[in-house]
Amino acid sequence: MSRRLWDFPGGIHLPEEKSLSNQTPIKKSFIPKTLIIPIQQHLGAPAKPVVDVGDCVLKGQKIAEAGGFVSAPVHASSSGVVTAIATHPVQHPSQIDGLCVVIETDGKDEWIEHKGIEDPLNASPDYIRDHVREAGITGMGGAGFPTIIKVSPSSESNIETLVINAVECEPYITSDDMLMRENADEIIIGIQIIAKLVNPKNILVGIEDNKPDAIAAMQQAAKNAADHGPTVEIVTVPTKYPSGSEKTLIKVLTGKEVPSKGIPAQVGIVCQNVGTAYAVYHAIVLGEPLIQRVTTLTGRGIKNPGNIWALIGTPVADLLEYAEVEQGKLSRLIMGGPMMGFTLHDNNIPLIKSTNCLIASTAEELPLPGPEQACIRCGTCTEACPIQLLPQQLFWYSRSKELEKVQNYNIADCIECGACSYVCPSNIPLVQYFRFAKGEIKKHTAEVEKSDHARVRFEANQARHEKEAVAKEAKKKAREVKAAAKAAAKVAKKAEEEAANGTVNSETETKPVAVDELKLLKTAMAKSTKVWKDAEKALAVAESSAAAESSAAADDQTKIEKMRAKIERLKIKAETAQQKLKDFKEKENA
Amino acid sequence: MALLSITSPHTQAAGNTGSFMRQVIYATIPGVAALTYFFGWGTLINIVFASIVALTFEALVLWLRKKPIMFYLSDYSAVVTAVLLAIAIPPYAPWWLTVVGVGFAIVIAKQLYGGMGFNPFNPAMIGYVLLLISYPLEMTSWLPAIGVDGGRQSELDFLSALSAIFISTINSETIDAFTMATPLDTLKTASRNALTLGEAVNNPVFGTFFGLDIGKGWAVVNLGFLIGGLYLIARRIITWHIPVGFLVGLFLFAAISNWFNDTYGSPFFHIISGGTMLGAFFIATDPVSAATSNKGRLIYGFGIGILIYIIRVWGGYPDAVAFAVLLMNLCAPTIDYYTQPRAYGHKKPTRTNAKGGS
Repeated sequence: MSRRLWDFPGGIHLPEEKSLSNQTPIKKSFIPKTLIIPIQQHLGAPAKPVVDVGDCVLKGQKIAEAGGFVSAPVHASSSGVVTAIATHPVQHPSQIDGLCVVIETDGKDEWIEHKGIEDPLNASPDYIRDHVREAGITGMGGAGFPTIIKVSPSSESNIETLVINAVECEPYITSDDMLMRENADEIIIGIQIIAKLVNPKNILVGIEDNKPDAIAAMQQAAKNAADHGPTVEIVTVPTKYPSGSEKTLIKVLTGKEVPSKGIPAQVGIVCQNVGTAYAVYHAIVLGEPLIQRVTTLTGRGIKNPGNIWALIGTPVADLLEYAEVEQGKLSRLIMGGPMMGFTLHDNNIPLIKSTNCLIASTAEELPLPGPEQACIRCGTCTEACPIQLLPQQLFWYSRSKELEKVQNYNIADCIECGACSYVCPSNIPLVQYFRFAKGEIKKHTAEVEKSDHARVRFEANQARHEKEAVAKEAKKKAREVKAAAKAAAKVAKKAEEEAANGTVNSETETKPVAVDELKLLKTAMAKSTKVWKDAEKALAVAESSAAAESSAAADDQTKIEKMRAKIERLKIKAETAQQKLKDFKEKENA
Repeated sequence: MALLSITSPHTQAAGNTGSFMRQVIYATIPGVAALTYFFGWGTLINIVFASIVALTFEALVLWLRKKPIMFYLSDYSAVVTAVLLAIAIPPYAPWWLTVVGVGFAIVIAKQLYGGMGFNPFNPAMIGYVLLLISYPLEMTSWLPAIGVDGGRQSELDFLSALSAIFISTINSETIDAFTMATPLDTLKTASRNALTLGEAVNNPVFGTFFGLDIGKGWAVVNLGFLIGGLYLIARRIITWHIPVGFLVGLFLFAAISNWFNDTYGSPFFHIISGGTMLGAFFIATDPVSAATSNKGRLIYGFGIGILIYIIRVWGGYPDAVAFAVLLMNLCAPTIDYYTQPRAYGHKKPTRTNAKGGS
């Protein structure tokens, strides 16, 4: 049974260093005094804590729920009391602290009530999905992408192949190797459960040929499980770094390439890590959430290397102590492998779901790189690149910050495997340059987006201002109409009164004091005339604005009508007053 | 506890640019041994002298440029330039020729462009071409190989080699008394004089090598460099692409041309004469000034091979490795541009600039 394999260009052969840690069985977990459980152990949105300080939690109890679609819940790895929900140093490339739920363990390791199902392969896909989601399973290989999303392919994508990544191509790491040797049957069932969700035509488990024991165990387990579920094919792939990268493994096993900036589902493939398959088994068959994992404790800075079932949230310091670290010899502490792992700046950082390895290396073991020399364009990096990029060109343009050129040379496709840096005879830290360029591009893109956003906002703002100005103008006009009407009404009323008074006065006071009477009559006449004229003016304004304002309300029109009527009355009164004055003058003259 | 904070990768292959360059120097040993056997001590003396001159010039310029001197000297690139130039010039060339050539190569062709890694042209070949154009007589004064009739190679010991180089006389005779035309030169003159190949190879500088008419000694020298070149490929210092492109280009063109007119020499003659193997494995493969992708390297090598043949046969100079290499150095960026590999997940190779073009 030999399956056709494809080769990928480039790649390198590294000193394996695996025998340091794969000589002994996986050790049982221990309960640390304190568990520091980060709420973000996965790609995507951080989880939201659902416990409070002082709460007693049981083993397996959910302490934070998924914070979004791309997110995963987090569970207590042992029983105890929540003593803090605060930021704490976590594994972060920029050494930024993360929010953690700190649990002081009580040593009882008391489980929350949970149950699994005996016949997982007859469970409904919805049941499986719910439990995979609730168990907080994320990719166990490194990136930590929430598993539920990867196993829920959109209905139109037709999944041809389920690829299980058991390559473990990085030196030092043996956690998958040991897990397969000891738990092959469970892994196969886990794989079959995942297969129920994605319905692949075939299932391929890729294992590097440097793990003969794991291959044998998995083949046996696959044979055992063949009657119960879909066939799982164990494929031995040649040892070459980085064949365990998702992109390269897919190429090796299927000959297909994941499109640039795309996902495997686009070429009919779903890829899962072997550890994830085991976690799925645990979640479905035992009903246990993801609270522990196999991690490799290795490096020449510890006396007792090997693999251990470690509780999520165990501080690295506790693990190192357990493996008998020699503090004097320790120079570099790496979470992950030597090619793609991250150095830890603080040994109190907790182990998370994707921590497959801790390397406590001595200075001799992983010496500092030599001083960077000039690039001689020897092309060794190009030959090593599994993606067929041109690292030397990328380096050139990264260094000169020519971001557009870097992008044209497909920096986005770089998987940061480190093969180019590894082989460079001039000790150029190529991957660091590429990360820098990627960061700059991200920053630049964000800035462009921000400025675009700002421009859009500014334009929208201006448009709004214009609209508001127009509306304001309209309102102002309407107000003027109203005010004019009001003023006219007021003036009219006053004039009416005064006119009335005036007439009264003129009637009552003409006789006793003629001069006074004349004066009064004059004033009354002038006032009433003025009121009348003002009212007319107001009417004119009201009419013109009502005409300009097509939206002038009907009641404005009626107001204008009323004003007209009032003006008529005022006119009469004014004329009366004039007449009276005239009469009085004539009387005087006579 | 002070832990190192470094980003990945955390491990690196052994070796550095200096060890890379030293391998190149070691690989010249078989060829240099053959040259020394057939042409005397001159080449070895030149190599040592040129290396000292190169290191001195390099140190001087680095000092002027305020660069760390020992750091750059230890990359051995100056020594490689010196060794290749010393091999290329006639074994008894006067000392000042070496000084001028190496000085120009290091100061002008390398350091003025920015030093290691920034030179668009092969510095050794720039030095060589400068000398060839400026001092054609000295640069073509080769002594015949040992065993050539009328040659006086056997009279020369280490001391006379030293005196030839540094005081331009050998036992109070001038060097001219010892020199003869090289086989390539002889062939060129013969074809100009409308002699047939048969007549040309009657010249005493020719001998037979496995039934082939080849310049005496030159076949062995070329085989020496071929062995060194294969060593470099085996050690992954160079890839096979440039040498193969180079030799195939030269062979193919010589074969086609030979089909029409045999006075230009057989393809076999061309690939084991003159500087062919030195050029194919040591000169054209200088990574700094060559094309970088594998496909590009094949094209680049092929171009050099063709140009060598054209210049050897129709050009003004008997050998042409230097000119051909420099001409193709000019083309390297263009070749790189058109031979970018197709990256994973892409349907076709990207042509940079094409889409980013401003």
